Amino acid sequence: MAEVSIRKVVKVFEGNVQAVKGIDLEIADKEFVVLVGPSGCGKSTTLRMVAGLEEISSGEIWIGGDLVNDVPPRDRDIAMVFQNYALYPHMTVFENMAFGLKLRKFPKDEIRRRVDDAARMLDISALLGRKPKALSGGQRQRVAMGRAIVRNPKVFLFDEPLSNLDAKLRVAMRTEIKKVHQTIPTTTVYVTHDQVEAMTLADRVVVMNAGIIEQVGPPQELYHSPATRFVAGFIGSPAMNFLLVEMFDDGGLKMRLANGAVLPVPASRFERYAACKGRQMTLGLRPEHLTETQDVMHPGVARVDAPVDVVEPMGMETLIHFFIGSQPVCARVDPATPAHPGQNLPLAADLNQMHLIDDETGRVV
Amino acid sequence: MVDGTRELAMAAEPPRAAACRRWRRLLHRRSTVALLMCLPMILLIGGLVLYPALYALYLSMLNRRMTAFVGLGNFLFLLHRLTFQQVIFQSSLFAISAVLLKAFFGFILAHLMHNIPNRHQRIWRGLLLVPWVIPLALSTLGWWWLFDPSYSAFNYVLKDLGFTPVPWLGVAWPARLCMIAVNVWFGTSFFMIMYLAALKSVPEQLYEAAAIDGAGAIQKMLYITLPMIRNIISVTVLYSLIVTFANFDIVRILTNGGPEDSTHVFATYAFQVGIQSGDVPLGASVSLFMFPLLAVFAYFVLRNVTRRGKEMAV
Amino acid sequence: MSAAGIATGMAVPARRPSRMERHRRWALWGSYAALALFVFVFLVPPFYVLMTSLKSDQEIAAQAGNPWFVHHPTLQNFIDLLSMPNFRGYFINSVMVALVTVAVSMVISVLAAFGLVRLGFKGSATLASGVFLTYLIPDSLLFIPLFQVIRSLGLINNVWCLALLYPTLAVPFCTWIMIGYFGSIPKELDEVALIDGAGYLRMLWSIFIPVALPGIIAATIFAFTVSWGEFLYPLAYLYSSDQKVLTVGIAGDLIRGDVFQWGKIMAGCVMAAAPPIVIYAFLMDYYIAGLTAGATKG
Repeated sequence: MAEVSIRKVVKVFEGNVQAVKGIDLEIADKEFVVLVGPSGCGKSTTLRMVAGLEEISSGEIWIGGDLVNDVPPRDRDIAMVFQNYALYPHMTVFENMAFGLKLRKFPKDEIRRRVDDAARMLDISALLGRKPKALSGGQRQRVAMGRAIVRNPKVFLFDEPLSNLDAKLRVAMRTEIKKVHQTIPTTTVYVTHDQVEAMTLADRVVVMNAGIIEQVGPPQELYHSPATRFVAGFIGSPAMNFLLVEMFDDGGLKMRLANGAVLPVPASRFERYAACKGRQMTLGLRPEHLTETQDVMHPGVARVDAPVDVVEPMGMETLIHFFIGSQPVCARVDPATPAHPGQNLPLAADLNQMHLIDDETGRVV
Repeated sequence: MVDGTRELAMAAEPPRAAACRRWRRLLHRRSTVALLMCLPMILLIGGLVLYPALYALYLSMLNRRMTAFVGLGNFLFLLHRLTFQQVIFQSSLFAISAVLLKAFFGFILAHLMHNIPNRHQRIWRGLLLVPWVIPLALSTLGWWWLFDPSYSAFNYVLKDLGFTPVPWLGVAWPARLCMIAVNVWFGTSFFMIMYLAALKSVPEQLYEAAAIDGAGAIQKMLYITLPMIRNIISVTVLYSLIVTFANFDIVRILTNGGPEDSTHVFATYAFQVGIQSGDVPLGASVSLFMFPLLAVFAYFVLRNVTRRGKEMAV
Repeated sequence: MSAAGIATGMAVPARRPSRMERHRRWALWGSYAALALFVFVFLVPPFYVLMTSLKSDQEIAAQAGNPWFVHHPTLQNFIDLLSMPNFRGYFINSVMVALVTVAVSMVISVLAAFGLVRLGFKGSATLASGVFLTYLIPDSLLFIPLFQVIRSLGLINNVWCLALLYPTLAVPFCTWIMIGYFGSIPKELDEVALIDGAGYLRMLWSIFIPVALPGIIAATIFAFTVSWGEFLYPLAYLYSSDQKVLTVGIAGDLIRGDVFQWGKIMAGCVMAAAPPIVIYAFLMDYYIAGLTAGATKG
């Protein structure tokens, strides 16, 4: 059993920089948790504190039921995969994978067996005699993972392992990592700044920003019901549109946009947003909920007129960029929709999917 | 800072004080290990560099028998002696002209090397580095033989060409020039490899960008090459100034200061006074005259080095 | 030059070399010619030393014919020298002092560089600068107080005093080289080694030293060079033949009053210069990389 629990952990760097400001996180045994956030949000620092590479300023970290604050990295029974792979350049692939076991005085045949097993799983058996220099980026990443796997540790730690790979390889390695976790389920903490990686890999995603945890939850939950404006904007690509609106009641709750247009709030949300009446709020609407108009307008779908600024055909969809007031807005329309810059394109906003954000707290109502 | 946070944490959560202390001990151990690893070096440098340096200061203020304190007496005595004035002149002449010539020829050589294809550079570099590879004391013996009054092979060539033979080391000025020549011969290769490394560190795209901007060869040199390698030039020149200024081998072997003490430099004069004549305090004073100059050069070297370190960090 | 060159280069028919090409070719041949001239000048003294070492005493003294070439080559000088117990003694002394100096210097500077650059303690940055500063202190500044120090240790006219003194000349730069090489090793490598279960000494031995091997080689060559070529210290502190090393022994022993045994002196120079030349011939690239890394990396 190897659950990880992070309790009120604070990290203060020299010069009184607070990188992590008291976070709490319970990670279950065999769970795959991804820490995601912009650079400098404290996600890597958190991971390094779990690894024991960074001293914990205050708070506690428990691994598998043991308080590990004072335990050096080598005794924490963890393995870590780094962004730049951190392979020992003077050792062969085999020696790289065997080094940790050798230091732990494993018998030779046991080392051989474990390395062979891991190499087979990662499809690097043919490379065991090579030096890291002779490997491609993807192969190096596999070796780094292999080195972690052979140790059979309580916890796997990944620090942006795919950031140095090109886009195509990254997708392939992402699948590889997921496969490894399915084959040998081990508690995993994975740090990335790429929300797509986070969404695809995680059992639970932890969104961090400025040293605190914004929201923890399964990927779908984060996507469909973000708790804060930051999460709403961070998860999803292209990012969610944010529009300043003024709430008013005109025989039903309505929102006035910056350009004067008025959108009705769906009746199902009246009760939830009742308290916002008369206030300035931010409307959050994902691009895919702003599409070409249909013949039949469903309830809750409102029409928005868009003076098209830029058209980006993506193949399976087309992105339309325009402005409402001074705020940029992005819509995702069917590629068959005729659109060109300067045109006034009618769009359908599916307000059943809207989010309303309180600007003062930054929280989603 | 780290300790500060520790204290904060301890104040906030007293039960974990013990754990904190253990951590601190661990941290402590890391720096203790580091200090232990540096200890042999600290002892060596402290015992055989720093201590002798301070001891030299003390020595230089004693009388010949080392029985009485004479303050700055030795220094004043030296300054009034004609021989020592010549030493100052000769040392400066030797160091400055040799370094300028080395820098000049080294610069030319580096550019020539940079012109030729990479695959040929190795063999040429090997040949050009021969003077620098042979221990200076040994190659200077060879030069001495070349300058020998009765057998000089240079004079054989001169005679062949119809010139009169030159008493290379027997007269003050030719002797001075010979020493400079030997030092230039020995040290030019060093400048070459430093400059060559600097030239290679300039990204090729800069030259391409400059060519597209319309720069010719001279403009490229003035606006790209020189600014980019300025730092290495200055560090190399300053370093070489120190080494050349303090040179001992060449003068000692070629003339041992003669004729009539006209070619002594600080190092050889200090050796003659301090070791051969046994006036240790006076010899120490002669050596110490080098110190202010060396300190100034060292200051500039260090400033360049640390500044570059900072630039690189940014 | 370039714009015009490109323009004509395109206009001229393909067969004839363009103006730019010709210009380049001239520049190339000019470079080779100038380099050849420099090489010629640089190699004159070693060449002459080699020629003299192959001459008999009679041929040198006769002063007949061109002194630049040897007319009746003989290995007699080399044979004579090798059969001289004194010369063999210098050689053995030089080798032993060099070996001890290299070993001591490398242990001291590798440990210090690792401690300074990877572990660190209060003031380690200052200490690193201080190390570089001591590299700038020349031997001729300290040899007189060191004379007193060596005398009080009872090591005057004892060849082992050199093994004590040479490391002071070698360690600062060796440490500096190693700081550069160790510093360029990614920090993740330490961290992964820590997680793999290595202690600090283990990390140094199994990871840092093998990875920084080019730096180790460069520093070793430097320590050897310093030890093999140093002239002032042995001249000042050693006087009897059995304690001398090559640099001072050759001239001291073969010059008796006014009698210069030039052939033997030159043969001694050739033999004494051979070890460094052989080492450089094989390991030149490492040494130059280490030397220039110190400068270009700061």
